[in-house]
Amino acid sequence: MAVYILKRLGLALLVALTVSFISFSLLFMAGDPAVAIAGENASSEDIALVNERFGFDRPMIVQYGDWLGSALTGDLGRSWYFDMSVTDLIADRLTVTMKLGLFAITLALAVAIPLGVAAAANPNSLIDRFALFLSVVGQAIPSFWFGLILIIVFSINLRLLPASGNETWQHFVLPTIVLGYYATPAIMRLTRAGMMEVLSSDYIRTARAKGLRTRKVMFKHALRNAIIPVVSLAAVQMGFMLGGSIVVETVFALHGAGYLAWESIARNDLPTMQALILIFSTFYILFTFLADVLNAWLDPRLRVG
Amino acid sequence: MTDTTTPTDLPRQELRDKPLTPGQALRKRALHHKGLMFGAVVMLIVMFIAIFAPLLTQYDPYQQSLLARMKPPVFLGGTSEHWLGTDGLGRDFWARLAYGARISLMIGILAAVISGIIGSTLGILAGYFGGKVDMVVTFLINVRLAMPVVLVALAVVALFGGSLTVVVSVLGLLLWDRFAVVLRSATMQVRKQEYVAAAEVLGASLPRILVKDILPNVMNHLIVIFTLEMAHAIILEAALSFLGLGVQPPTPSWGLMISEGKDMLLFEPWLITIPGVALFFLVLAINMLGDGLRDVTAPEGRN
Repeated sequence: MAVYILKRLGLALLVALTVSFISFSLLFMAGDPAVAIAGENASSEDIALVNERFGFDRPMIVQYGDWLGSALTGDLGRSWYFDMSVTDLIADRLTVTMKLGLFAITLALAVAIPLGVAAAANPNSLIDRFALFLSVVGQAIPSFWFGLILIIVFSINLRLLPASGNETWQHFVLPTIVLGYYATPAIMRLTRAGMMEVLSSDYIRTARAKGLRTRKVMFKHALRNAIIPVVSLAAVQMGFMLGGSIVVETVFALHGAGYLAWESIARNDLPTMQALILIFSTFYILFTFLADVLNAWLDPRLRVG
Repeated sequence: MTDTTTPTDLPRQELRDKPLTPGQALRKRALHHKGLMFGAVVMLIVMFIAIFAPLLTQYDPYQQSLLARMKPPVFLGGTSEHWLGTDGLGRDFWARLAYGARISLMIGILAAVISGIIGSTLGILAGYFGGKVDMVVTFLINVRLAMPVVLVALAVVALFGGSLTVVVSVLGLLLWDRFAVVLRSATMQVRKQEYVAAAEVLGASLPRILVKDILPNVMNHLIVIFTLEMAHAIILEAALSFLGLGVQPPTPSWGLMISEGKDMLLFEPWLITIPGVALFFLVLAINMLGDGLRDVTAPEGRN
């Protein structure tokens, strides 16, 4: 188990390093940042001044090393637009996004697991068909459009919930629904498939033959085993949700890290962009790593290796 | 996997008659698959609209008219002159929707072709050679998965400009992971087959084995992932354009139309409803086509 985790950890670190390098060089390729700061019509003295202050004229690899070095100590530079430290800026916004992500994954699990279990318990029944229909339709609805439709219905027509902002818990309801529905189909399908497989296994037949009540068989024996892959999928989905939060937070003007990403891109705020790509990918890597560890811990068969 | 002649879901009577050829059996299964048929029909309709857009409307999707702004569609009290109404700049909404189908389909197909070439090359090489090659490809897949697609795509479009070429390239370069994952494992399966060993023993060249023996046998996976990634690219393009960092105005992109209608959300909700519904049906159709193709080409894959 320890060896397995160490191996995974090493791989995760290597992936994080590669991603940070790719994203750094990607943004570097886009043009001279000194010109971007000084403006299109800047004189060569101005550009020299900017270069002197930020050091953009050094080789890229040196700048990357510099950036990575300070990033590891928690210093992500200064935002060009907001005129504050990127670390503070992001830390502030990240709490909103984490809250949203947590709400959304809770909602997704609360909908997907019961539905998946019900569908697996009654294959080809009405509820199974409904679940399948929901997952096929759900995957085809663009999230930004779904968000706007919810605003039209619940904010404009029914006046039940606010359309934008993040002051109260009501502001989180619609974004949670949009972000949560996004993860629901995958979790539901996996729960259904896992339950189907477990329910056809020998020990369930034995449990049934012993005369245990259906409910007990379903929840105590079957779900326990079927849930293992679902837990790690949920962790991976959390990682994906951070990416999805950009679209959702922008639609609802929810001032989280996703909205900040959009703002920094629209305003050409390079340090914030670089920091956010690094943080989003680090979170994804962290969540998939946790999923692997969780899997190994829950499933003894994986502990060797 | 190649045994497509097993007529599992054919009526018994047909079994007694002469057996169907694999092609006939496949066609028969396809025609009986409701989801696949639905997907194929909707896809054909959208393609028809995209190709014959100039014949289906007399309006130019870019032509503005200040006198005919925000006319409602026919079913909301509009006139037959603009049957889907006009947008905030007086452009005919049906013309924009029809020409927008071209943008969506083009971006979806081109992005899926690019990512398909990258992903299947990596996947087939990893699956065939295994070992170090496999390790490198698996690592690349992990790196790619760790890059937040929307964020990276937005940043690249913002830095390089929102042309169709940039959007297609960035989506093509980002969406290859599923191709690689699926084709890697499919190739591993095929690699174990005796006919591959036979070809190796006979001294067939490597490109020949990969193209003649491996590729045809992983083709069904390739087609299925192609449809899924095409749908994925279409949704992403719409999302990028909606956020203002995809294709740029005045291009008639469905995502852009939703974005433009957003400001008039309060008064004219159909401005975002119509392109949204179009987007939903196109993506739904492509996904159902893909799911259906998977069911039909691999009967043991489901149930």
